[in-house]
Amino acid sequence: MTELTRLTIAEAREKLGAKEITAVELTDAYLGAIEAANGALNAYVTVTPEKAREMAKASDARIAEGKAGALEGIPLGIKDLFATEGVHTQACSHILDGFKPKYESTVTQNLWNDGAVMLGKLNMDEFAMGSSNESSYYGPVKNPWRAAGSNADLVPGGSSGGSAAAVAAFLCAGATATDTGGSIRQPAAFTGTVGIKPTYGRCSRWGIVAYASSLDQAGPIARDVRDAAILLKSMASVDDKDTTSVDLPVPDYEAALGRPVRGMKIGIPKEYRVDGMAAEIEELWQKGIAWLKDAGAEIVEVSLPHTKYALPTYYIISPAEASSNLARYDGVRYGLRVPGKDIVEMYENTRAAGFGKEVKRRILIGTYVLSAGYYDAYYIRAQKVRTLIKKDFDTVFAAGVDVILTPATPSAAFGVADQDMAADPVKMYLNDVFTVTVNMAGLPGIAVPAGLDGNGLPLGLQLIGKPFEEETLFKTAHVIEQAAGRFQPEKWW
Amino acid sequence: MSVDLATVKRVARLARIAVSQEEASRMMGELNGILGFVEQLSEVNVEGVEPMTSVTPMEMRKREDVVNDGNKADDIVANAPASDRNFFQVPKVVE
Repeated sequence: MTELTRLTIAEAREKLGAKEITAVELTDAYLGAIEAANGALNAYVTVTPEKAREMAKASDARIAEGKAGALEGIPLGIKDLFATEGVHTQACSHILDGFKPKYESTVTQNLWNDGAVMLGKLNMDEFAMGSSNESSYYGPVKNPWRAAGSNADLVPGGSSGGSAAAVAAFLCAGATATDTGGSIRQPAAFTGTVGIKPTYGRCSRWGIVAYASSLDQAGPIARDVRDAAILLKSMASVDDKDTTSVDLPVPDYEAALGRPVRGMKIGIPKEYRVDGMAAEIEELWQKGIAWLKDAGAEIVEVSLPHTKYALPTYYIISPAEASSNLARYDGVRYGLRVPGKDIVEMYENTRAAGFGKEVKRRILIGTYVLSAGYYDAYYIRAQKVRTLIKKDFDTVFAAGVDVILTPATPSAAFGVADQDMAADPVKMYLNDVFTVTVNMAGLPGIAVPAGLDGNGLPLGLQLIGKPFEEETLFKTAHVIEQAAGRFQPEKWW
Repeated sequence: MSVDLATVKRVARLARIAVSQEEASRMMGELNGILGFVEQLSEVNVEGVEPMTSVTPMEMRKREDVVNDGNKADDIVANAPASDRNFFQVPKVVE
């Protein structure tokens, strides 16, 4: 049965359609794998076996009737940030203790409408704030990858660390994730999986616990480019409940795979060659350039002069939005309540006990930069720099560049409880140096595995596209995937 | 710009997060680290630049001004730590 979990979504879809396997068998194989592995990896915070079997049974019935949806019978893991009706939804925070929503997020509802099966909720950094999955109330996730000859635990990246680890370790066929500064692409790069953050507005944010609303976007993490395309097609939609969702038809992304990249202009931004970047990352980047050149694309050097300001801008805008979004956790309407002598003390005690260190840090920064006397100097200035960052991209695309190629991360996965990162929050923030610009400009970005480093750990490349040109990203990422091959961890768990 | 201990405590109070003396001094160091990092934005020339309000040029969609949802009082209080007959219960606010 275990080999069933090795099937990609496309392969499973074919076998289900041909009635070689049933959705119940496939779901049982995953539930067995989770049971055996989750103690070691901690990728799931809740498993929903009864619900999964019930959904799989319904899928088998629909397949028998010839009414199969696009994801019929495909078992998925859902990041704990997505509201799932009647099921644990806590953004991996203590402050949402016991929260079980009475509603379903639009993205997950879209997946269920297409026949997908929910296996459970996936671990993540608390409120999606982190790059290592270590800020989760439920403890860190372990990366299924280990350095060659080492048994030291590595982080899977964050904030969608549970999603990436579960996909890489064959504990779900694919997973939902979200990305505010790199939270889909960085964990995908750290685990040898494919992750796409679509254009802002492509997926509805309704029912996704808000972190920084002008940056948050949902997207899939999958085993390969084709599976990511299949998942995004289902996840994306316009939605009356999210006025920032965009009313554009959702293309058949899968159909873009295999289309030629000949004649495309690939931009290489010189500002992404950062100080102290590992030689291996530079080599990987050169390999990516060579693959696309071989496929007939034209390589051009481009300049995105405000790149270095993206991360500091992010650390003003995202905490500002977070401090406002997280004001709702007050111990009154849902989640944890810690008593106090009056209502203000109740708020203060609840929020002191309910939020973890990183979340408090960001709320305080956000509150400070929005407070009287500092608003213009920090927040308004950051929003102006954000305009300049977007203008950099607009200029490059207006000059005829189709896609921008960069490394996905400045390094491979690092160790759990890394002392340098724990001591200096800014060092942790630098993980997102290549991904955060994309959120600032609202563009689509995909991370695709491109090789292994000297220690045998996966490294990824990132492709950045024009707004709503996800198809171009899929076809270009597919060329890289064809050249690089796919990467799977050796099972130790 | 940097923050002192009194400012950290004032901001924590604004954010309604109780902090102990040790926490406040630890946070002071961390917040100053982050503020030092974002300080580099002051070197960017933002003269005449509009602050960003939306990444995609879009007009906000509006819906009909009609009641389209509701009668869910039980659902709304279902997750409350304390409720009574569809009211949220809070500590006494008015003396």
